[in-house]
Amino acid sequence: MAEAMNNQDAFLIGDTMTGGYGAGPDILHDCTVAVNPGEIAVIVGPNGAGKSTAMKAVFGMLNVRQGSVRLDGQDITSLSPQDRVSRGMGFVPQTANIFTSMTVEENLEMGAFIRRDDYAETMEQVYTLFPILKEKRRQAAGELSGGQRQQVAVGRALMTQPKVLMLDEPTAGVSPIVMDELFDRIIEVARTGIPILMVEQNARQALEIADKGYVLVQGRNAYTGTGKELLADPEVRKSFLGG
Amino acid sequence: MDLLNAFVVLSNFVLIPAIAYGSQLALGALGVTLIYGILRFSNFAHGDTMAFGTMATILITWWLQSLGVSFGPLPTALLALPFGIAVCVLLILFTDRFVYRFYREQKAKPVIFVIVSLGVMFIMNGLVRFIIGPNDQRFADGERFIISVREFKALTGLKEGLAIKTTQGITVITAVLVVAALFYFLNRTRTGKSMRAYSDNEDLALLSGINPERVVMVTWLIVAALATVAGVLYGLDKSFKPFVYFQLLLPIFAAAIVGGLGNPLGAIAGGFTIAFSEVMITYAWKKVAKYALPESLEPDGLAQLLSTDYKFAVSFVILLIVLLFRPTGLFAGKSV
Repeated sequence: MAEAMNNQDAFLIGDTMTGGYGAGPDILHDCTVAVNPGEIAVIVGPNGAGKSTAMKAVFGMLNVRQGSVRLDGQDITSLSPQDRVSRGMGFVPQTANIFTSMTVEENLEMGAFIRRDDYAETMEQVYTLFPILKEKRRQAAGELSGGQRQQVAVGRALMTQPKVLMLDEPTAGVSPIVMDELFDRIIEVARTGIPILMVEQNARQALEIADKGYVLVQGRNAYTGTGKELLADPEVRKSFLGG
Repeated sequence: MDLLNAFVVLSNFVLIPAIAYGSQLALGALGVTLIYGILRFSNFAHGDTMAFGTMATILITWWLQSLGVSFGPLPTALLALPFGIAVCVLLILFTDRFVYRFYREQKAKPVIFVIVSLGVMFIMNGLVRFIIGPNDQRFADGERFIISVREFKALTGLKEGLAIKTTQGITVITAVLVVAALFYFLNRTRTGKSMRAYSDNEDLALLSGINPERVVMVTWLIVAALATVAGVLYGLDKSFKPFVYFQLLLPIFAAAIVGGLGNPLGAIAGGFTIAFSEVMITYAWKKVAKYALPESLEPDGLAQLLSTDYKFAVSFVILLIVLLFRPTGLFAGKSV
């Protein structure tokens, strides 16, 4: 299946990555994740499978000892996370992903910090995607609800006009209703053409919106396929989706 | 009862001195709180940074005076202040480049930075005493009073007089201008916002492409300026003595902690809280009581809660109370 998805030429790919934090033991073993424009790729798996670790490896936050990370055909394995941001990668961490003491608008401004051009238009686009943020633009981001904070976090990452967006468990700790709304928003972002690579706890819902799914187990690719294929796969259903 | 005279006495001995002292403490505490918020350590060298900046200003003032330069009714020190700030900035940036940066690269813990700042404090302390000596220096010139007791009495016909020293007026006006400029910078400019972002969430600030070394440099620039301004205002209002500046560290830290470390608004509130408490608790209230209370209730003694020799105890007690009941300060500060 993996071959059928034409991984090698993907827009963003972490190709057969092996590595871990600092000089510690390897957490990822020949792990591959990739995403193409217009797609939502989702990384799912049991607790401790290395989902977030795989994403952090793609973003340059841990040592990739073997394999490589390529963005638009260029090898970026040795770049720092900051350099990857200026190359067009947007990253939303799982926790502490907003400036709580600053207003919503200031959060977006800080997202656009590396831009020297006029970003007013991008800010309007973010406000169009997340209307609630426009309403609360003058409010401190830390005062918002969980779902709204996640929207601020995604909005902040969008301010650089990234070529690819990476979300680490965007629905962690929000209610099911808010989760559905967040997924809707994420689909809307994907429709603007930005490829999205996302780690998710809520495997079933995430695979439903996914063009591509990666099931990781103990730092290895266990199953790979389109979201529909994985949802239909009896093995995957039995092991990870509760039947 | 004579409430008007009571209020004049209160203003003369409590309100005006406390407002001036509070402004000086607030400026000092702002420096401490900025360092804590952005560089994430308690800078014990702050009192001696103030002393160094003030010393530089005094030396330049003397030089200007020797050239016959004066600022009319205002103290010549105000003309020398920008140069004093520049000298202080140079020393601070030198210190950061050759001391603090080394520990930043090691990613040293905050407690190590505190000890390092203690070392910097001793060096600066020695440097100031070596250059200008440990003695009292007076450098205020120009008009002494905006309004003197005699003028006030002639003007109002009241029995009690009210004096406002030029230095008190300058202190308050300068403090207001400096604080307004600082808040404009922090809340309205790109660099100021990036400093707040860095203070709020260091990792996310790095992700957003904010350059930490630049944030640190700008912080030191502002802190050196704040420390020099606070020190010069204090020196003009009272006098300059290196040991007194070292001692100021306690009320300044108390102010910053009471307001909530890392919170600029808190530092200002803390400065005034400490100043008013210190002045009110060490003031002999007999004279005010004489006017404000009916004769039968007039106190026999001085009605002074604490001798002025113990004024530092006031900072300590407030600090203890706040730490016991609101450990992050009156305004929400943060704790590293």
